[in-house]
Amino acid sequence: MTVIDVEPRTSNAAAMIMNEAKIHVRNFDFYYGPSKVLHAIDLDVPDRQVTALIGPSGCGKSTFLRSINRMNDIIPEAKAAGTIRIDGRDVYAPGMDVVELRRRVGMVFQKSNPFPKSIFDNIAYGLRLGGMRGRRQLAEIVEKSLRRAALWEEVKDRLDTSALALSGGQQQRLCIARALAVDPEILLMDEPASALDPIATAKIEELIYELKDNYTIVIVTHNMQQAARVSDRTAFFMLGKLVEVGPTNTIFMTPREKMTEDYVTGRFG
Amino acid sequence: MNRRKLLSRVMETLCLVAVLLALLPLAFILFYVIREGAGALNLDFFTQIPKPVGEPGGGMANAIVGTLILIGLAALFAVPVGVICGVHLSEYPTRRFSSLVRFAADVMNGVPSIVIGIFAYGLVVLPVKRFSAIAGGFALGLLMLPVVIRTTEELLRLVPAGLREGALALGATRSRAVFTVILPAALPGIITGVLVALARVAGETAPLLFTAFNNRFWSTSLMQPIASLTVQVFTYAISPYDDWHRQAWAGAFLLVMIILSLSITARFAVRRLERMNRP
Repeated sequence: MTVIDVEPRTSNAAAMIMNEAKIHVRNFDFYYGPSKVLHAIDLDVPDRQVTALIGPSGCGKSTFLRSINRMNDIIPEAKAAGTIRIDGRDVYAPGMDVVELRRRVGMVFQKSNPFPKSIFDNIAYGLRLGGMRGRRQLAEIVEKSLRRAALWEEVKDRLDTSALALSGGQQQRLCIARALAVDPEILLMDEPASALDPIATAKIEELIYELKDNYTIVIVTHNMQQAARVSDRTAFFMLGKLVEVGPTNTIFMTPREKMTEDYVTGRFG
Repeated sequence: MNRRKLLSRVMETLCLVAVLLALLPLAFILFYVIREGAGALNLDFFTQIPKPVGEPGGGMANAIVGTLILIGLAALFAVPVGVICGVHLSEYPTRRFSSLVRFAADVMNGVPSIVIGIFAYGLVVLPVKRFSAIAGGFALGLLMLPVVIRTTEELLRLVPAGLREGALALGATRSRAVFTVILPAALPGIITGVLVALARVAGETAPLLFTAFNNRFWSTSLMQPIASLTVQVFTYAISPYDDWHRQAWAGAFLLVMIILSLSITARFAVRRLERMNRP
């Protein structure tokens, strides 16, 4: 079933430079049925850095995030145009294997969504999807993933208990560990800390800071301080358009656009 | 006492009376069945097959086994078909075909069981010109089917959408997400629904009268007529013999016990399965 129509625009494809960013977005539009929610987005996401997407509610930043791993495919009548390339490959190209794409591009959601299974089975889920069966091998990666998500010490004695018994912050770190287990290159985070208390939020932010050595991270956040704290680059979205993108310092201290300044200083939004 | 408190007291009492009225018939039925039935139970009842008319003694061993075979067949037929239908309905809720299936299931749920029996008679018994356990199991399965379909659909819909997204984001295909995350999350509830439906059809008589028919002899063949507790109780209850009446009571008592234990099994099975669904 095809719900996404692809209309590649070849006009500036020739101008492709060799030294491309990890995620390379050009002239990307997105529609929900007749309404256009993203307008000609151009954005480069550099490898192994944290890029924050900020903007008022409904500005399209979540839609954009979900376009990168094609999670919007499940919405009927959604339609994309333009290109999003990861390592030079167009994710909306007709031959793209969505399953493989999503294994390379992990995602963490706003509301933590552990499966009603044991902690172990949650982390092993993606690995088992990939066909891994050996218990020893699974156990090894489960431990490694939980350590990376800074959760191992808290759960190592109860891997066989339900993941739903964990606290909200632990559940979110479990979801991060679950995404890390399949060894993605990119991690998309959709307001990962918005439902958490300040202590749990601090833990997640610390984690993001550590993870950026190995992963390219794109994070949507409503929290200005969070964007300032965790990200290297910030992109400001407004009414479906990318208003401004640049180093986080520049966006917060000396933005080019008046609109950006108004937003980051809290004058609206 | 002020007006508000008085009114509260009155409503409370009304609720209590309503509950008692609802429970009273159940209590009477249980009391009566136990009084009449428990006394007539003995070892022979479980180990012997019916004696010829006029000879005292005998039991319902064949009917007990028959009932178990019949509900087993019913589950074998209704559970796979019903669960898969339910998955379809919850996965494609807005399709025209889905609303058709949903409507058909609701209509089927309201069809009198005797009519289901006639249908199974026409479809399974007539072509081979023989009553059989298969035909009986098929009729009972048909009765279960709409309940299984609707329960599955409702419970799958209660599974949070975030779980599906989580599975898809890890690289699951849609069908993998359904069968490895969504269905398991709803499974405890579905099993309860199936067992409740099974308990209901275990007590059916009408659809068996001209499908499984009855059998006075020991038979476990699926292609032969087979005895069942309900039909046996019916046959004995309308007979003119006191001995048979006693056995009918014993059969009724046993039937109640089987259904009760099915419900209790459902509870325990679900509690074990739900281990991962609870914090």
